[in-house]
Parts: sequence; C-alpha cells; structure tokens
Amino acid sequence: MSSKDWPLWEVFVRSRRGLSHTHAGSLHAPDAEMALRNARDLYTRRSEGVSIWVVPSAAVTASSPDEKDPFFEPAADKPYRHPTFYDIPEGVRHL
Amino acid sequence: MSRVPVTSSAAALALGDDALVLSHRLGEWAGHAPVLEEELALANIALDLLGQARVLLSMADGTKDEDELAFLREERDFRNVQLVEQPNGDFAHTIARQLYFSVYQHLLYGQLSRGTSPFAPLAGKGVLETAYHRDHARQWTLRLGDGTARSKERMQRGLDSLWRFTGELFRPVEGLDEVDWAALEEGWTEEVRSVVEEATLDMPHGPRVGAWSAGAGRQGLHTEPFGRMLAEMQHLHRSHPGATW
Repeated sequence: MSSKDWPLWEVFVRSRRGLSHTHAGSLHAPDAEMALRNARDLYTRRSEGVSIWVVPSAAVTASSPDEKDPFFEPAADKPYRHPTFYDIPEGVRHL
Repeated sequence: MSRVPVTSSAAALALGDDALVLSHRLGEWAGHAPVLEEELALANIALDLLGQARVLLSMADGTKDEDELAFLREERDFRNVQLVEQPNGDFAHTIARQLYFSVYQHLLYGQLSRGTSPFAPLAGKGVLETAYHRDHARQWTLRLGDGTARSKERMQRGLDSLWRFTGELFRPVEGLDEVDWAALEEGWTEEVRSVVEEATLDMPHGPRVGAWSAGAGRQGLHTEPFGRMLAEMQHLHRSHPGATW
C-alpha cells in the first residue's frame, strides 16, 4: 500500500445532538466512498443520526504556526473593534 | 428469552449457525487484513454476526445455553449453510463470500422483519446491519473487479469458486414458513448480477449445487475445512468443560 493510492483523509463528525461538525481524526482510504465507510467504523460506532464529512488532507490549507501572532493576536487597544458598548434594546431576543 | 415453538427452534439453529460460523471466519482476519481500516470493517461485521448468533442460539433450545450450543455440538449437529464455512482464501475470496451471503441475509431478514414469526424483532435490527455488510461487500467487489487485471482475476475466481455453494441458500428452512424462497432467490440473483456486472465481471454459471458434498449444510453435512475450524473454535471449552468465563 503506497500513500499515493491510500491518501490521508480528515474526518469531521456531527453527533446526533451536536450543532456542528467536529474534527474527529484522520484515516487512510483509496477514495471518498471508502473514507466515509471507514470513518463510520472508526469514529461513530454507528450511532444513529450522525453526519460525517471526509476531506482529503491535501485539500486543507492550514494557517502557519510562524505567523501566529499577526494572525491571531487581538487588537485589544482598538475597542471600536469590539461591539460591546451599546445597550441591547428590550424586545430583541436571542441576541 | 421467550421459548419458541420447536419448528422455530430448528430455524433459530440454522440462522444462528450461519451467523456464528461466518463470524468466526471473519475473526480469522484479525491482524491479517490488507489495511488497518479494513481490519476494523471485517471485525465490525464479525461482531454484528456474533451478536445475531447469540440471540438466535439462545432462542434455539430451551435446555442449552448459547455456549453449549456453540462449543459442545459436533460438526454433524451444525445447521449452517456450507457457504459460510468456506475458508477465507485471499481477500477477493472473502469478499465474494461476503457478497453472496450478505445479499441473502439482507433479503431474508427483510422478509422476516415484515412477518409475525418470533424472528421478526431480531430481523428488524439485523436488516440494518446486513445492509451495511452488503454495502461493504459491494464496494470491494466493484473496486477489485474494476481494479487491476490481477484483482479482477482474483475477484472473478472468488465468485466462480463459491458459486456452487449458493444453491443451498434458497432451500426452504423448517420453521421459516412465511419466507417466500422463490422471491428471495429471484431478488438475490438480480442484486448479485447487478453488482457483478457493474464490477465488469462475469456472472458465474454452472450448477449452483455442484459437487456431491455441496448443498447439505442444513442437514448437518459439511465440507472438510469445517471440522478443522470447529476444532479450533471449540478447543478451550472442550479442554475445560463447565468452566465459567
């Protein structure tokens, strides 16, 4: 088995009561169909009502650890970026 | 488990032995599958089948528990079809056996789940499991059949060499009176044919109960490899009879 024929796939699973898909792990499979089936065996134990996404690892572009600071450091000294200083009008729900 | 009528007991033994024996064969793949993911899939299927076997065997005989039935019966007392006792062979051979049997089991459980026999609840659950088994076998038949020249040849060989054990699948089983065996055979042939043709393989031809020995598993007549399989399966229990585990 070469890694060319059995590439790596990333698996995202949404549980029955879950709101979003969560990265569950990765696996090798020859194609998406098999990746789905393998993911079902490996990561869901076949509980009903789950949704699985599989993505070829090669299709994922990750942020670079070296650029972590410019990427993620919040600009805390610019309060106008944080829309927190206004009152929520009464009657607006679910905000 | 509620007691079932005697006719159903024979049927429970037949269905239970099918599941038990195939489960053991798939268990033999542990640590030997082509890839880790496939190892998981085969073990999963084996576990599903073992679960079915436990329920069915505990329905079969009011005086013996599932362990006694599995470990203390002689070859001649097993009622599984000969197809499931066939050795694993190469991966394609195993997949061919899985394809033939999972399509059969899925259709059979489908019919039973719509009926009123004591097997309806088990079949209702089993039909979901067997749908997965069938899908797994189909996926691999397509890949091997429509893969390389070598995988195609092996897949065809697996289908051809197990063909003579498929006739037995459609012999009526005592106690499963509500099953329409002709419809089962028709549906099975159609489904297997569509997978085989999609996989660019040839549907096997020739007698479906070929050799003198084929086709009598339900009567307790088994092929030679089955005895060796049982010896391994039953060894510990026979060495320490009555032990709890």
